[in-house]
Amino acid sequence: MVDPLVAERIHADINANDVVLYMKGTPVFPQCGFSAKAVNILNMLGVKFKGVDILADPSLRQGIKDFSDWPTIPQLYIKGEFVGGCDIMRDMLQSGELQKTLAAKGVAFEASSRVG
Amino acid sequence: MPMTAEDIERLIVQALPDAKVKITDLRGDGDHYAAHIESAAFAGKPLVQQHRMVYDALAVPGTAPLHALSITTVVANQA
Repeated sequence: MVDPLVAERIHADINANDVVLYMKGTPVFPQCGFSAKAVNILNMLGVKFKGVDILADPSLRQGIKDFSDWPTIPQLYIKGEFVGGCDIMRDMLQSGELQKTLAAKGVAFEASSRVG
Repeated sequence: MPMTAEDIERLIVQALPDAKVKITDLRGDGDHYAAHIESAAFAGKPLVQQHRMVYDALAVPGTAPLHALSITTVVANQA
């Protein structure tokens, strides 16, 4: 069960921001390699996003895992919808599915970005 | 007790009997692994669900959670 207050905060964040990354550390100073990779992917695509540092809040650290039913951090939300963790972001970037998802949801990004 | 590569492979195959599993110990510290899993059970399922199947397989009560596991899932061609 997710604490209702924590769930309310998550709802507010993912509804007020097109793209939200729940992560360890901040986009400028990620505290974990997986979170850093997720930030890199979003930066590479030029996507504006809100980073939420779950290390700064113990209730959120467990709360986001229960909320998404996903055991790991980082976690990406686009337009209020859970997309996945850093491995899924990597796979979706390589297949172009991440770009398609952003476009389909009307989120601005740099379409010319290519991964070698 | 941290999980060994063999533990991870065994748990995944228990849940997905057809799975071809390749585990890499990324740092040789028994705590950071990459798992490459090929199974026909992933067919037609979104990536999120494929990864959840792997997480579920590894969520065994009494075992310490892995510190870091990178997952790659591949849909096996059905014969």
